[in-house]
Amino acid sequence: MPEIPSSAIESSRERPRIGVYVCHCGTNIAGIVDVRAIVEFAAKLPGVVVSRDYKYMCSDPGQALIQQDIAEHHLNRVIVASCSPLLHEATFRRVLSRAGLNAFLLQMVNIREHVSWVHLNQREATEKTKDLVRAAVRRVSLHKPLQKRRVSINPHVLVVGGGIAGIHAALTLAEAGKQVYLVEREPTIGGHMAKFDKTFPTLDCAACILTPKMTAVGSHPRIHLWTYSEVVRVEGYVGNYKVKVRRKPRYVIEDLCLGCQECVTACVYKEAKNPDEFNLGLSKRKPVYLPFPQAVPQKVVIDPQTCIQFKSGKCKKTCVEACGDRKAIDFTQKETIEDIEVGTIILATGFKTFDPVRNPYYGYGRYANVYTSLEVERLINASGPTAGEIVLRDGGQPKAVGIIHCVGSRDANTNRWCSKVCCMYSLKLAHLIKERTGAEVYNFYIDMRTPGKGYEEFYDRLLDEGVHFVRGRVAEVSDWATHPSEKGRLVIRVEDTLAAFVRRIPVDMVVLSVGMEPQPDAQDVRRLFNISCSTEGWFLERHPKLAPVSTFTEGVYIAGACQGPKDIPDSVAQAGAAAAEAMALIDAQFVELEPYTAFISEDQCSGCKTCIPLCPYQAISYMEEKKKAAINEVLCKGCGTCVAGCPSGSIQQNFFEDEEIFEEIEGVLAYA
Amino acid sequence: MRNRDLTPSEKSQATFEPRIVAFFCNWCTYLAADLAGTSRMKYAPNVRVIRVMCSGRVDPQFVLDAFAHGADGVFIGGCHPGDCHYQEGNYKTLRRFHLLKRVLQQMGIEDERCRLEWISAAEAERVRSTINDMVEKVRALGPLDLIPTEEKVSAEEVAV
Amino acid sequence: MKYAYYPGCSLRGTGRAYEESLLAVFQALEIDLQELEDWNCCGATTYMSVDELTSYALAARNLALAERDHMNVVAPCAACYLVLNKTQRYMHDYPDIKLVVSRALAAIGLHYDDHVQVRHPLDILLHEVGLKAIAAKVKTPLKGLQVAPYYGCQIVRPYATFDDQRNPTSMDRLLEACGAKIVHYPLKTRCCGGSQKGTLPEIGLELIRHLLTEAQNNGADVIATVCPLCQFNLECFQKEAGNHNHPISMPVLYFTQLMALALGASGEAIGLQRSLIPIEPLLARKEIAYA
Repeated sequence: MPEIPSSAIESSRERPRIGVYVCHCGTNIAGIVDVRAIVEFAAKLPGVVVSRDYKYMCSDPGQALIQQDIAEHHLNRVIVASCSPLLHEATFRRVLSRAGLNAFLLQMVNIREHVSWVHLNQREATEKTKDLVRAAVRRVSLHKPLQKRRVSINPHVLVVGGGIAGIHAALTLAEAGKQVYLVEREPTIGGHMAKFDKTFPTLDCAACILTPKMTAVGSHPRIHLWTYSEVVRVEGYVGNYKVKVRRKPRYVIEDLCLGCQECVTACVYKEAKNPDEFNLGLSKRKPVYLPFPQAVPQKVVIDPQTCIQFKSGKCKKTCVEACGDRKAIDFTQKETIEDIEVGTIILATGFKTFDPVRNPYYGYGRYANVYTSLEVERLINASGPTAGEIVLRDGGQPKAVGIIHCVGSRDANTNRWCSKVCCMYSLKLAHLIKERTGAEVYNFYIDMRTPGKGYEEFYDRLLDEGVHFVRGRVAEVSDWATHPSEKGRLVIRVEDTLAAFVRRIPVDMVVLSVGMEPQPDAQDVRRLFNISCSTEGWFLERHPKLAPVSTFTEGVYIAGACQGPKDIPDSVAQAGAAAAEAMALIDAQFVELEPYTAFISEDQCSGCKTCIPLCPYQAISYMEEKKKAAINEVLCKGCGTCVAGCPSGSIQQNFFEDEEIFEEIEGVLAYA
Repeated sequence: MRNRDLTPSEKSQATFEPRIVAFFCNWCTYLAADLAGTSRMKYAPNVRVIRVMCSGRVDPQFVLDAFAHGADGVFIGGCHPGDCHYQEGNYKTLRRFHLLKRVLQQMGIEDERCRLEWISAAEAERVRSTINDMVEKVRALGPLDLIPTEEKVSAEEVAV
Repeated sequence: MKYAYYPGCSLRGTGRAYEESLLAVFQALEIDLQELEDWNCCGATTYMSVDELTSYALAARNLALAERDHMNVVAPCAACYLVLNKTQRYMHDYPDIKLVVSRALAAIGLHYDDHVQVRHPLDILLHEVGLKAIAAKVKTPLKGLQVAPYYGCQIVRPYATFDDQRNPTSMDRLLEACGAKIVHYPLKTRCCGGSQKGTLPEIGLELIRHLLTEAQNNGADVIATVCPLCQFNLECFQKEAGNHNHPISMPVLYFTQLMALALGASGEAIGLQRSLIPIEPLLARKEIAYA
């Protein structure tokens, strides 16, 4: 760790000369807090030499103002009363550094998020601000110069999730020369995108643009692709994560399997009997199978739930016979745990589609010809279960199709959010269904939301194609026929809010445009990687606008729909951004960590060992020879739990020393 | 003298506004309070937030110091159990909190004056409702009266 | 297991046949029923729309009586079933309501601790007795009888505790076990008009007409119901609902009446003679020789 220059230490020991800077933030703060009154109040506080306000403290002139004052008035402490420290603490610390002061001689006062935005009464807000400023002035006088810790960055990256976002992030990093571990839960990468037929609004085929990228991942010398695997443990900190990955047994030795699928043909089951996960149960697969023809890796997998050998142990094992000398099939395979070390992690764990069984009035699961949009993607896919022909579950071909938007989106009973992609994919499906079947296609929508390059134009095109648009939330889908034309069909009842009457529209096929939801285990994953989720369960970004792929855990980034509903272009853009963030860290070769570590004053330590079990990181050890505790600064993450637990008060935490906090407490209370 | 410029009885004669000191952890509750701000939620202005990295840093002495210096209530906010940014700091907080509550009880400080809540970064609404609820409850209790009777008399005499 | 039988007002009035047949079915299947002592109005309809809290207090008194006797409640009337369930949920979810209701109960020396289950006969017959046991006791299979099962709204919405909200099948399965044939009936949980026949007769009648014509169109001989109000609405307004070209004459029975017939009860004992649209000729035509 670099030493703090002795001049800095000396300047901090001098009598405090404090500058107080109060930000208006336009009218965000000044609209509620009487900024002038604060400036006058602060000017009279002990140690304050300069007290000023400015329209935007974080702007260049604002920063220059502080820098100039530090030089002119020989300030050795600075208070900035503005927004949350989580937003601009770093900005103002840099100002101090530029002016030759130690960055940690700054104290921020949060008078926007914690005052002006949450209170309505000017007098009360101003009084609260005074208390907070007084506390900061008292606290900052005790601040000591501190130095950030530098830790080196392991250049390897872990990408979790092999959908389009994970694939793109992994490829970007690998192309830049980084070693990447790509961990995917399913036996193949590709994610949701691999299931789609075409992509909006260009109608280029999803497989055509995705499979080359999948193959590139599979063959890239710098990508370790681990499918059928899950991360089970993450330890360490930015630049130095230790990760355990569980590799589930696929009962096929990956290195030996050539993907010839002779075993699949040879399986004792002549007919496929088990619902095919990739085709969402619309077709069948055998117990030994390749998830889909373009799967990466091209390695079969055996499902022990349905394989006779696993169920009874009495199979003829024709698959083994067919595999012959290659000897790729291994029924005794066990799961393994791999330990890897990486410096950064990108989470691209994706989403799940809404289960429309939760909206019983649309009859999904009850009426055979009610489909989810994802099922229809498979149905119209040339490599799908019907080779792209739209054959209904009852064998018929639809003459009329109803597409119901916002199923599980914008609904107080299920999910309140807009899933963002459904309007566009519904339009795409409408186009494709009409093209393939010539059926009349009805879209039932609340609002058409088509912001995006070429999206509105696509909507216009659909209007010209003669697809029907009915504005109204569908009340129900039923097989209740009131007219001979409705007999044997599905009837959609909807209030047409533009025509202002209730309509009954008979169709042969209903498509439910299901929304996007967080993965069912998003909460477990978030705990595993020590990040947060929004109320809805999406992974929380560090800042919604300025740090959209960062998280509150340094070195962990998020990309794609795990952060919120997103289409392919947005997912890819985020994946690129996450890869760039990871690379920025790697190429810098080190990262600076906050110096908020704990330290022990050996004179006062009685060697009672109370602190040792308090530390979750085993950073505290006991020195037998000295009979004192010692803190390993590299392992300490700076929570301060041991500080609060030390009976003799011999442990302190940088920037959160007892005395500093006592001053702050007494400062906010020292009113009147 | 700080807040003792007014005796508790004098304080309550004027419309009593409770003073509450809050210790929020940097990763969950402080963020939730920031989110309450960005969401423009409105709540009572009686709380002064002090940021700590983890609720595990909250030394019981901080709470006692706050009460000793005129706080009418203390509010500690941390991550939900299992969600601690430092794995388990909040469990340590909880352990200490139970002991602290007993001390406070023995000192005659009412239960509602000291509160520990788990509030995640997404739960801005809970910041708002907890603060409002606590302010109301402490307001109903009136100012915290920690000064022994003799001292109070002398303080009044001095004031006269 | 002994259940507290809560008849409610309807089963002692217009729905008497429901009570007669229900008791016959439960007796035939040896389920012990004991009428809840000193029961009172469940608080449905008028009370619920005029003064909700009073309504909860009324319902809670019945629950408290059952709890005192350590019994679960059987509530055949759909309205009773819903109000008792709703009261239980609201007392559980809303402390304010619980407080007021508890005070009211305390004033008459009762209290309620949420220990009572309120169950519908369909639920008990299907899940406690079971289809196999019922089929084994059928004496007169309802062979060839085409039944439209009509559930109405209250036993499945909003609380779908024992069956699907939109497509319940418990009654279908019970009647099939008794040998009846269930016709396709997509309107099984649609509104019967409730009390609208009295307030907005045009709208009420339209709703009734849908239900009857759909049953007729799908070839039903009889509609089976679980609710006294549904039964009343469907049975009493058939002349108005039909017209000269499409007259409607569709017997509307409680599902328990059909079950009791199959289990060997006599028509008299289960109130067949109370029907406005007689079912006897139909049963004769189908050669169902009941006792």
